[in-house]
Amino acid sequence: MTGVLETTGLSKRYRRRWALRDCTLSIPAGHVTGLVGPNGAGKTTLLNLAVGLLAPTEGTVEVLGGAPASSEARLAKVGFVAQDTPTYAGLSVADHLRLGAHMNPGWDGALAERRITGLGLDPAQKAGKLSGGQRAQLALTLAIAKRPEVLILDEPIASLDPLARREFLQILMEFTAEHDVSVVMSSHLVSDLERVCDYLIVLVASRVQVAGDVDTLLASHYQLTGPRRDLATLPADWKVISASHTDKQITLLVRSESPIAEPGLTVDHIGLEDLVLAYMSQATRPVAVGSPELEAQR
Amino acid sequence: MNGSTVIEFHLDTRSGLSPYLQLIQQVKQALRLGLLSEGDQLPTVKDVVARLAINPNTVLKAYRELEYEGLVAARAGIGTFVTRTLTDGSLAAHGPLRADLQRWLASARQAGLDDDSIEALFATTFRAAIEEEVR
Repeated sequence: MTGVLETTGLSKRYRRRWALRDCTLSIPAGHVTGLVGPNGAGKTTLLNLAVGLLAPTEGTVEVLGGAPASSEARLAKVGFVAQDTPTYAGLSVADHLRLGAHMNPGWDGALAERRITGLGLDPAQKAGKLSGGQRAQLALTLAIAKRPEVLILDEPIASLDPLARREFLQILMEFTAEHDVSVVMSSHLVSDLERVCDYLIVLVASRVQVAGDVDTLLASHYQLTGPRRDLATLPADWKVISASHTDKQITLLVRSESPIAEPGLTVDHIGLEDLVLAYMSQATRPVAVGSPELEAQR
Repeated sequence: MNGSTVIEFHLDTRSGLSPYLQLIQQVKQALRLGLLSEGDQLPTVKDVVARLAINPNTVLKAYRELEYEGLVAARAGIGTFVTRTLTDGSLAAHGPLRADLQRWLASARQAGLDDDSIEALFATTFRAAIEEEVR
């Protein structure tokens, strides 16, 4: 099965500055994938390359097995909501739907109407007069009413208040439950991602730090505490993501594919947020504990 | 549809337990307490997803696991229904077990353990017992 998004050595340079450098990743179909990383990691550049708004400086990018935006049919398969969910301020809600109907061959007018009614939006209202949450919902409606195979969202909820954020995600999840669609969304709100994403990619400085099925990741990472000991005495199949210690105690975050059965250590599972943060800080630390090599897919 | 769904799911984001395990736990809890019984329908995937804003695969995974354990069965196009209860017999044992636990708690306090120590002792013993079973 081809992935929804595959990149190899993908790089983008703006004049002298590299916005994305040597990025290789593979996002499988049928998932809601969260793309997480600090500001400046290259998430927006990556997503813009994926939808064909930018052309790579080096490397390749494929969406649904082909070059982005290379044909009309391919354009129709990809829904995109750019950062800050832009709409046309001077156009009404109804104008937006008309625009969508004209520009998209597979436009699902009934779905769009249903959404707008369900949201309680006035079709005559100018988009510029909508609240942030409503504008985001309108942008999402346009993207899903074209009935894409893959929906790419760039930080769609970052600027929304908690209620609008929840409502946005409810609609997004309802759509993925009803239709066969893969979603790739970038975000730094890990607590929201934890609910909606079943696949996670942590991107730091263009590099994939960790990628995988969320439940598998959560089940294979452990927080360990115990009496201080030499890291060299730990089992060889553990991958130490972070380690800290006091004079007497050691605290470890390790990845292990088999259950931890190490006497003297207290074992706890960790949440997605801690896992993401651990990988992010591992990537930015000058000398990392353990092996800081790029972790590819399983 | 025969009757409305009986339970509503909720998510505790701080529990550290992954969402799909929380759903499983809530169904089992409801089965144990007799809130859900044979023939009751679980909320549809679309309902759960729209309510909690969670990934549909999470709900499907939880339901599949419950199905695998023989607690529920999916009927194509209709929904997922409870096929077995967990209350059989064990509910009656709750009383005496609680009394035992209360006696144990009293002796723990008498020995000078505070709340945190009691919890820590219980948690480590509980975990050790589970690991013993796994082996």
